[in-house]
Amino acid sequence: MAEKNLDAVGRFLARQGILVAFVLFMVGFSLWNPRFIDIDNVFGVIRSSAILGVMALGVTFVVIGGNLDLSVGSLMSFSAIVVLDLHENPAFGPYLAIPAMFAMTMAIGALIGFLVGYLRLNSLIVTLGMLSAIHGLTLTWSGGQNMDIANQDATWFGVFGRGTALGIPIPVLMFGLLAAVLAILLAKTPFGRKVYAVGGNGTAATFSGIPRARVVFFTYIISSFCVATAGLIQASRTMGAQNTVGQGMELEVLAAVILGGASLLGGSGTVFKTVIGVLILGFIQNGLLLAGLEFYVQFVVTWVIIILAVWLDIATKRGKLWSAIA
Amino acid sequence: MKSDNMSNLIKNGAIWGFIVLELIFFQIAGEFWSLSERAFMDLDNMLLLLKQSAPIGIIAVGMTVIMINGNIDLSVGAIYALCAIVMLDSMSWPFMESLGDWAIPLAWLFALLTGAVLGLINGIIVWKTGVDAFIVTLGSMLGYRGLVFMYNGENPTYHLNWTMVDIAEWDIFGVETPALVFLVVALIVWFVMTRTVHGRNAYAVGNNREAAVNAAIRVGPHMLINFVLIGFLAALSAVTFYSGSGSVNPNDGMLFELWAITAVVLGGTKLIGGAGSIVGTFGGVIAIQLLRKGLGHIGADTATVNLVIGLILIAVLFLDRQLNVKGKEELKV
Repeated sequence: MAEKNLDAVGRFLARQGILVAFVLFMVGFSLWNPRFIDIDNVFGVIRSSAILGVMALGVTFVVIGGNLDLSVGSLMSFSAIVVLDLHENPAFGPYLAIPAMFAMTMAIGALIGFLVGYLRLNSLIVTLGMLSAIHGLTLTWSGGQNMDIANQDATWFGVFGRGTALGIPIPVLMFGLLAAVLAILLAKTPFGRKVYAVGGNGTAATFSGIPRARVVFFTYIISSFCVATAGLIQASRTMGAQNTVGQGMELEVLAAVILGGASLLGGSGTVFKTVIGVLILGFIQNGLLLAGLEFYVQFVVTWVIIILAVWLDIATKRGKLWSAIA
Repeated sequence: MKSDNMSNLIKNGAIWGFIVLELIFFQIAGEFWSLSERAFMDLDNMLLLLKQSAPIGIIAVGMTVIMINGNIDLSVGAIYALCAIVMLDSMSWPFMESLGDWAIPLAWLFALLTGAVLGLINGIIVWKTGVDAFIVTLGSMLGYRGLVFMYNGENPTYHLNWTMVDIAEWDIFGVETPALVFLVVALIVWFVMTRTVHGRNAYAVGNNREAAVNAAIRVGPHMLINFVLIGFLAALSAVTFYSGSGSVNPNDGMLFELWAITAVVLGGTKLIGGAGSIVGTFGGVIAIQLLRKGLGHIGADTATVNLVIGLILIAVLFLDRQLNVKGKEELKV
């Protein structure tokens, strides 16, 4: 009986290990420094993780669908630059700038989706190429200059990054709302099931009549929508952006998604777990800062945590700690 | 059979054809648009091009081996930066300063050892935990970059030693040290990959890991050696570059992994492993550098260079798949 219970505990740990680790981590840090769990601090952390988090939500769909997206950082820079530039353009203004930016960002997402979905090109290389190409587009658009909103008091544009509603920061609300909608889309709709099917076994999915190409295409549309949202939050928060504002974020986003337990082979992962992955990264960073360490120490800690998380995940699945590679 | 040879010829020759096209295009376009008096296909210009392609090129050679194995290494940029910092910082350690110029080879040794050890760590994790190399090196890319920052904060590390600069700028018939190192590295690794057991095993492991295990190839140690190799080469790349420049920023080497992978893929190496060649990678490196330099020569800015390289990468992938699909259809019959 006891053995059975232990087995159940083991299985629970294997399935929800990341959640358990997160709770342990939060409790430990809160005991050590009560300021950590202070509501202002918690909102602060979620708000600063929101940009990364929103992007990670979209990439979760792409990864579950069995592909990668390395272009999200570059695309986020693009959308931030574009929305700021159009905002300053008298012909657009904030009301038109935002939809125009979403349209352009999602058009690029559609192009990637077409190349990976319909032409079935390798997503790693396509998005690697797009990373470079989009960076070129961004530089062309901005002429290499930083973008700034000249008269920051005269516009309501800052609301997405700086505003609060009901005492909750708007970026946190946007992140939460988007996470909820996408979680339902992934877990409760036929489309969501198709994403899992295509990522789990593309050939089998095709034979069961699932339009593989279209599903993959839409995962990239979702990803680019999330990137546009992240770009909006970023641009609104700082009221200005450099051409390289999102540089390197593609790999941090991927780290959060993997930490949440999505397999790079596709077919597994959930929106909720990705949110946990994002929060873990955010709270680790915050905890280390509160402990008086420099921001870059988090890189090393993140490294160790990612490897341990994925290793334990694999080890529980194969039932052995060490790999069987000869 | 004949069409098979044909398509192989197209595939292997494509990168060189592309290079020739680039040369002709920039030569002619340069006549109209270049502000420079000199022709594009000037010997000095070509030698400079070889020198400039060395940092990415040396890493790309190692990346080829890793990718033939079916693995990938995203941490090379961070290894590059960390080794550069170790090399330049070690020059100002008290006992090193007392050695005079003899500190130089010792500093190089420290840097190369650092690179090899960082590669070893990647390799051991890949071997022992069975976690995919993409994830392992994605993690260590962050981790090693963290170490770079921890070493000296956000400050640049510098140490200028004129003897070291002289060595870095030494030349034989105009071929400067970095270019020479690149050529020698490419030659040695080409030899290893085409003429030795280790090279043959690399293809076997990438092609079919199960079969390689059954053929009594010890896959784990084999991959470990290759990770040590790429760590060493990333360090060597840092040594050749920073001996001349003498100053390194903690952000240096970022996106190097992506440039190296781009060069390797342009050179015809498959992401899934089992296929690829050092000669192709050499072509890929040269093609990219030609493009960057050529576009600069006719007055295009970085924006255009980024745009063009990205689109070419996708186009190459598309063409390559078209050729491969053809081959597979024939197989099915």
